[in-house]
Parts: sequence; structure tokens; C-alpha cells
Amino acid sequence: MSSANPPDPLVTFAGVSLGYGDFTVLRDIDLQVMPGQVVAMMGGSGSGKTTLLRAVTGQLPAQAGDITVFGRRMADLRGESLRETRQRMGVLFQGGALFTDLDVFENVAFPLREHTCISEQQILEKVLDKLQAVGLRHAAHLRISEISGGMARRVALARAVVLEPELILYDEPFAGLDPISLGITAQLIRDMTDKLGCASILITHDVAESFAIVDQVYLIGQGRLMARGTPAELSASQDDYLQQFLQGRPDGPIGFHYPLTPAFERWLAARRGTA
Amino acid sequence: MNALSRRIAALGHGFVAMLTGLGAFARLFTAILARSGILWRRPRLTAQQVHFIGNHSLLIIGVSGLFVGFVLGLQGYYTLNRYGSEEALGLLVALSLTRELGPVVTALLFAGRAGTSLTAEIGLMKAGEQLSAMEVMAVDPIRRVLTPRFWGGVIAMPVLAAVFSMVGILGGWFVGVVLIGIDPGAFWSQMQGGVDVVSDVLNGVIKSLVFGVVVTLIALYQGWTALPTPEGVSRATTRTVVSGALAVLGLDFLLTALMFAH
Repeated sequence: MSSANPPDPLVTFAGVSLGYGDFTVLRDIDLQVMPGQVVAMMGGSGSGKTTLLRAVTGQLPAQAGDITVFGRRMADLRGESLRETRQRMGVLFQGGALFTDLDVFENVAFPLREHTCISEQQILEKVLDKLQAVGLRHAAHLRISEISGGMARRVALARAVVLEPELILYDEPFAGLDPISLGITAQLIRDMTDKLGCASILITHDVAESFAIVDQVYLIGQGRLMARGTPAELSASQDDYLQQFLQGRPDGPIGFHYPLTPAFERWLAARRGTA
Repeated sequence: MNALSRRIAALGHGFVAMLTGLGAFARLFTAILARSGILWRRPRLTAQQVHFIGNHSLLIIGVSGLFVGFVLGLQGYYTLNRYGSEEALGLLVALSLTRELGPVVTALLFAGRAGTSLTAEIGLMKAGEQLSAMEVMAVDPIRRVLTPRFWGGVIAMPVLAAVFSMVGILGGWFVGVVLIGIDPGAFWSQMQGGVDVVSDVLNGVIKSLVFGVVVTLIALYQGWTALPTPEGVSRATTRTVVSGALAVLGLDFLLTALMFAH
């Protein structure tokens, strides 16, 4: 997705460190997301992928460095300006986070009702259109308790894009989907990005599906950015860490086992002592 | 010495925790009041909550009111009969209900019926990331979720208390007039003559408004601050009933002392 005159990036991280309290999860992250791009943030579970996403939405302030979204520093945004920025984003949460007191239709209509003044007829058209795109037009009347987990994910996807945002963030969009929905969802993310001309950030560890649709991949691990590049570049790389992750090999620089700590040894000694 | 200072420290810690909790409670209250404009801008949201909170509590309120009225009729008759003034039964039933039992019992039942469901709903919305999803969608959850529920509870409470008192009076009438055979004219006219609209009925309404504010706010606060786990939500639900009931009974004493101490 290269263009003749490169536009300004939608999201920029410059030397960003993120964490909770005194604990730092990620250090020195530099990344850029351009309009029209689908970017994957990959890494093992617990590597800090969701933390990265929370930083983009402004839920988590950076411990160091600058996060810029739509050309505005996130650290400067408060109240109304933060709300304005968030209105330009769509977020797909890991569990879907659908509102259980509303039905499928009202869930997708929710951002329209909150942020626009369009007529009931227009809301109906728009919502059914988005539900059609995720294959759930005929499920509009169902309650959230009546749909499966995979369907809930697709409803959440429709809700995330209903305002046609400039930036869409997907937190694990492929987790828990059957093979058919998985392929369709991946294609949908690509199509939606191309159609709306927006940018998409995918948080995922699904290598095959995401490599098929993304323009740029960032791999995080061990608390920092391990690799970046196009899927082709990464696949061709000889880096051990990268190859272990991409091929899912059990042995290599990425340890499968949780490291041994003195706290565990004390716990085990106490258990053995009492047994 | 060490044990003593630890105990003092624990006491101080508990006190600070209590003050912090009260502060957070007051801040949530002001946050809700500050966002109450949604009441006029989108009245449907509050109307839905009045319907949800009020209608679902109507059955338990009505049935309880009826039985409390029955018991008041019986007990009142036995006591008044000793002094040969059983015609005053209507007055006794009406005063007990409008001044005390209507607002108080309704608030206690409300805490158990509607309060717990509010707490569990908010707590589960929090656990399911629904509240943070709303925030990321640039929608303020205090404004969109808590404020309509708060006003729904505040509006529903006096109406439910009125239903409770009305059904209770009918229960007292049924036992006194229909079963025991007190003169119906005396029953109603004593009530009409003895119940004052301002000092009895209005004060009862004020009481139930205050209870509506306090019980609904406790329920919302407990849900809002619940730990987002099954255990956390279940504890918060229990706390709603316990602190709601204590607050109602304590405030009732305070309000009664203020209103009827002449």
C-alpha cells in the first residue's frame, strides 16, 4: 500500500514506554500507522499487545515518550478533546463487550444514537447495512444472550465500524472464530479498510490469517519491539526469534515455561514441608 | 505495646477507608447530579428505567402492603377495642402507613428487589468491559448508564410507597370493616378528619424521596465500585441490601425526629 505523496501518519509512537504503576510492560516503542494501512501488532500472550491498544485509545497514559493520534498528542487531550478523538476511532474489544441490556440492532445503533442526530429511518438503513456486511442482517432482532460467541464478535465488529471511523482497532478479532468466519472476518477487515480509506490496527497472534491481509507487522516480545516489516520481509528474515514465533516452534529464544522465581521455590519448599 | 499500636493503626486504617468510601460516594452523587441534563434531553432513557425499576417491584410492594394492612387492622382492632375506640382504626391504619410503614417498608423491599438488580447489572456491565467500551466510544457511562437509573429509582420510590400505603389501607379496611364489622362510616370519616395532607402525607412523600435517593445511589455505587469478578459482584449485591437497609432505618429516625418533633 505505497502511495506517491505519503500523507501524515494517523498514529505515531515515539520512544513510548507503557506500564501499570511502577511496572513497565513495554519500552522504547516506535511505530507509525498510515491511512489505508492494515497493521498487525503481534506477540505471545501476555506480551503487552492489549496494553498497546489501550495506549492508542487514551485509556493508558504513556510512562515515557509521545503518542500522537490524528496529529494530536494523547497526553494533552482531556474531556471534550479526548471525546472528539475517540469518536474518530472504532474499537473491537476482545470479548466483544456488547451491551447485554440491548438487542443486536440496538447495539449496532448505539454509537449512531449517541453521536449523530440522523432519523430513525436512516439508523435502520445504516445498521442493517453494517449487519449485512458481517452476515447478521437477519439476526438484528435477537437478544445478546441468544447469539453465539462468534456472532457476538461479528456484531461488535459491525458496531465498531458503524460510524465509519478513520481508525479501527481490533483486539484479537480472530480468537474463537470458526474457520469460515475467520476467513471472512479477515477479508472483511481488509475490505472495510480499503472502502472507508481508514487505517486498521490488529492485535493478534494468528500468523497465517493476518499475514494474508496486513501491510505492516510489528512483533513485540520481551518488553520491546522485536521486529517490524511487511509480511514478506518478516517471512524472509533469518532472525531466530522471529522464525520461532512465525512457525510456532517450541524451542528457541522464546521460552515456553514461566521463569523460575525465588517466590516459587519458597512456595514449593513450604508445600513440601507441610505435605 | 506492639499489639496495641497495631490495633490503633488498624482502627485508623478502617476510619480512613470509611472516609475515603464516603468521599467517593459523595463524588459519584455530584457526578450524577451534574449530568442530570440527560433527563430533559433524552427522557426516554429515564422513562425506561422508571418502568423497569417500578414495574418489576410493583407485585412485591402490592402484596406486602396488603399483608401489612391486614396485620395493622387486626393488631389495631385488638388494642383500640380495649378502650372502646375501634372506630379510630381507619385513622390508626392510615397514619401508620403514610407516616412510617409506607416509606420505610417500601424502601427496604426496594433495596432487596430493585437495588440488588441495579448493583448486579452495573457490576456485570463492568465485568464484561461494557463500561470501558462505552468510554472508548466517547460515551460517558455515568451520564448514559448511571444517571437514568438514578432518576428512575428516585421517581419510582414515592410512587411505590403510595401504592404500598393505598393497598395497606384497603387491607386494614378489609379486616376491620368486612371481617370484624366496624362501622364503615366511622372508619373512613375518622381517617379523613385525622390525616393531615401536609404533616402526614407530604412528610411521608419527602421521606420516600430521600430513601429513593439514598437506596438507589447505594445500589449504583456498589455496582460501580464492585470488583469485576463473580465474587466481587455477589459481595457488592449483599452490601447493597445491608447498607441500604441500615441507611433507611437510620435516616428514618433522623427524619422522624426532624418532622414530627413539636
